[in-house]
Amino acid sequence: MRRFTAALFLLGLGMMIAAIYQHMDFSNTAVNAGQAINAVAAEETGAANFVTSVVLAYRGIDTLLELTILFTAAMIGGMVLGRRRVDAPRDPDAGFILRTGADLLFPLLLVVGMYIILHGHLTPGGGFQGGVILAVAFFVPLLARPGITLIDQRVVSLVEGLAGATFIIIGLLAMLDGKEFLTPLLDKGEFGALISAGTLPILYLAVGIKVGSELAGLLAHLAEAEALD
Amino acid sequence: MEVVVLVVVIVMLLSAVAVLLFKDFLAALAAMSVVSLGLSFLFVVVRAPDVAMTEAAIGAGLSSLLFALALRRLGLWRGQ
Amino acid sequence: MDILDSNMILYSAAVGLMLIGIGGIVISNHLIRIIFGIALLEAGANLLLLLSTYHEGASAPIIVDGNVPAMMADPVPQALVLTAIVIGVGILALALSLAIRVQSAYGTLDMREVRLKLEQEISDEAGIEMPSSSHAPAVITAGSAAAQQEGGS
Repeated sequence: MRRFTAALFLLGLGMMIAAIYQHMDFSNTAVNAGQAINAVAAEETGAANFVTSVVLAYRGIDTLLELTILFTAAMIGGMVLGRRRVDAPRDPDAGFILRTGADLLFPLLLVVGMYIILHGHLTPGGGFQGGVILAVAFFVPLLARPGITLIDQRVVSLVEGLAGATFIIIGLLAMLDGKEFLTPLLDKGEFGALISAGTLPILYLAVGIKVGSELAGLLAHLAEAEALD
Repeated sequence: MEVVVLVVVIVMLLSAVAVLLFKDFLAALAAMSVVSLGLSFLFVVVRAPDVAMTEAAIGAGLSSLLFALALRRLGLWRGQ
Repeated sequence: MDILDSNMILYSAAVGLMLIGIGGIVISNHLIRIIFGIALLEAGANLLLLLSTYHEGASAPIIVDGNVPAMMADPVPQALVLTAIVIGVGILALALSLAIRVQSAYGTLDMREVRLKLEQEISDEAGIEMPSSSHAPAVITAGSAAAQQEGGS
């Protein structure tokens, strides 16, 4: 009976969504802010990747709020999971292939992560993607050798707090000049070079380090919880 | 080109149904990774490379890791 | 309606993912499958949001090697979907942590049993019997009925 009513509900929902979208064409939206941004973004911010300029310059407060949401989720996740008993048996080390592979992968993942973060204003990429790769880079050695403590929880919290504070301080520095919060500062430089687009690479670096350290801490916390088997 | 998109969409939808139908949670996790992969391909077709890279890194990497660690903690790792 | 029209294929993929996700949440009994359903629903919603900017023949909003393409896709929904995907993984982490707590508190992850135990606990705290049907009035046990009479009169 429950499955039958669920199927009816889904059918009705599907028909309602189809009816709404009959009257809306794709790519014919009512708000033309995107086309206006495409026309002026190259001169105004100096970044070749327009999505980066939207995320950091035109809608910077959205990014700040999203960092807040991530921080809250990681904090509550850490509070909800208990601590491990000190004398609980640890898992044995993984086999030879996984240990060697993890040792080789760790520096490569670090380099790829930092490359993606630093080139966020030139090619597709940026702080969030590179931050996730950094978090995975710090977690892979923990998979191979479950007993080691590669990252101290206090150091992770300190790095995360400093990176978040850097983002906000750079935003506040713009207010000292009389402009609004999070206006990009510094000289725009040459279009397409690595050091260009003012404070945008620095902001993305702060975002990347914050996201990376947060997710690495959360994964480490989840991994050291006791297995129930 | 439309045929490739059609094939990827059909594989993705079948995997999404399989996520809900598999009894073994490890197999459901693998099907979830297939859905993320197909979605990442579709994001490239819609001309959004930034979003495709984010979905590939997060959906196939971090989300699967989170699920695997939680399943191990809950004791559902060995399958039924 | 041409089946091989690219817009229609992508649009039905997004709506199909959303409906499968909602179906998973409504029908499933196990908490982990409900969380899988939430993840599928989020994926479908992100794809639906990105479809609003897709033209045939548009190119990605990036300038490479100095040549500016004629028509570029809209960068604002892409920035929003970027944020939404990262928030989705944060919500997933939180949901899994809460599922671990539910198991250590109630001993099981089957939602029917968890609901029964929850009703039992609430009824024990309030001093009423468990409701047998949703239309039956609550039966007050003897101890609290005497206390109410003394308080009223």
